[in-house]
Amino acid sequence: MVSFGGWELPVMYSSIIAEHQAVRERVGVFDISHMGQVFVSGSEALEWLNRLLANDVEGLEVGEAHYSFLLNDQGGVIDDLIIYRLEEDHFLLLVNAAKISEDVAWLRQHLEEGVNLENVSDEWAGLAIQGPDASEVYFKITEGRTLPARNHVDDLSHLGHRMIVCRTGYTGEDGFELFCPASQAKYWWGLLMEEEVTPCGLGARDSLRLEMCYPLNGADLSPSRSPLEAGLGFFVALEKERFIGREALLMQKEEGLSERLMAIQLDEKGAPPRPGYTVLDREGLPIGTLTSGGLSPTLGAGIGLAYLPTGSIKINAPVLIEVRGKRLPAKVVKKPFYQK
Amino acid sequence: MTAPDNCRYTPDHEWVRLDGDIATIGITDHAQEELSDVVFVELPDLGDVDKASPVGVVESVKAASDIYAPIAGEIVEVNTELVTDPSKVNSEPFEGGWIFKMKIDDTSQYDALMDATSYTSVVR
Repeated sequence: MVSFGGWELPVMYSSIIAEHQAVRERVGVFDISHMGQVFVSGSEALEWLNRLLANDVEGLEVGEAHYSFLLNDQGGVIDDLIIYRLEEDHFLLLVNAAKISEDVAWLRQHLEEGVNLENVSDEWAGLAIQGPDASEVYFKITEGRTLPARNHVDDLSHLGHRMIVCRTGYTGEDGFELFCPASQAKYWWGLLMEEEVTPCGLGARDSLRLEMCYPLNGADLSPSRSPLEAGLGFFVALEKERFIGREALLMQKEEGLSERLMAIQLDEKGAPPRPGYTVLDREGLPIGTLTSGGLSPTLGAGIGLAYLPTGSIKINAPVLIEVRGKRLPAKVVKKPFYQK
Repeated sequence: MTAPDNCRYTPDHEWVRLDGDIATIGITDHAQEELSDVVFVELPDLGDVDKASPVGVVESVKAASDIYAPIAGEIVEVNTELVTDPSKVNSEPFEGGWIFKMKIDDTSQYDALMDATSYTSVVR
């Protein structure tokens, strides 16, 4: 067990590699109750959210979700999140566990007339069911329901209890995330175990998302790095007239980025790269630090992410990663590491 | 968890088996279970080492864990099979998963280590 955002969570139930493969090949379940859920509603909710979030909320239809950011005035990332449009004026924000209080404080600080915030993080539980067999499992545990389309959400009542089902995830596989009142979580977990869904811990969650180059806030994202530097400009709607951080991002874009989050793969089998390891160029000059790293169970190779200088480092550039004084040869590769 | 009677044990979850003046060392079944998925073993260098000095590293997907010399002596052999198949540390920790061998002069350091019964009570 490890502490994660104030929660005690298992790194693994049996084996990180076995859990990872279960998700890639069949189906696994992650307890994501630590994540935060904040409902935003009201006649002004849409316009207000659009001024606080980097992505274009107006582009979301009812029942749709997308990835977005809360940015500070410097364009740095306070948090990355998924926003779900449940109704015309009713939204759900799914935020990182370690950032719930900071996010809610930031939202309250900017609160306006006509907007209601409801932080239900403590009362709601969440399960992420991920893998190619996920939709079949959903059909079985709900006795015949079908999942919403990819990046869509259903807000429904099942056996008298509310549940929100989202066709989203953090693994690169098909799957869904199920949010329900905490008292219902055990019921769902029991049904999933009956269907022999593999319970998965934080270790597999990390290796699965890293193979996809999905960022982890607090590691790959921080208040001093912008989504542009992280290579996530696709989720930033710079064409919007106004949102917090926009001016800083426009300036960054105009001046050009001096560093970018790049994907690195070790040339040979060996010690897995880990966060904090130094990245050097082939002359031995330090050029960055791994923000994430580990063994890719699918590739059988060490992989990692690091902010590296854009001027000298391009795709295929040879680099070195220092592991306990030894410098292991590696290469900058295209994102993601893994494609179906 | 298994802990064979023909080994002695350290608080760092290593086992030591003595044959004449040669001690064979590996990590225990409990340690491999905790680490899970061993993917790399940094083998010790040959030569003299002090008791408790770090001599190598076992890396699993989850974490890196140092290996210490449980006794003072000379490291005389390392298990090079672990270079190609580190998972032997998981599958057979007390047999094919051994990590290194030491020549020791002072067997009293070996006698001072925990026996299987004491070690089992420590990890419970």
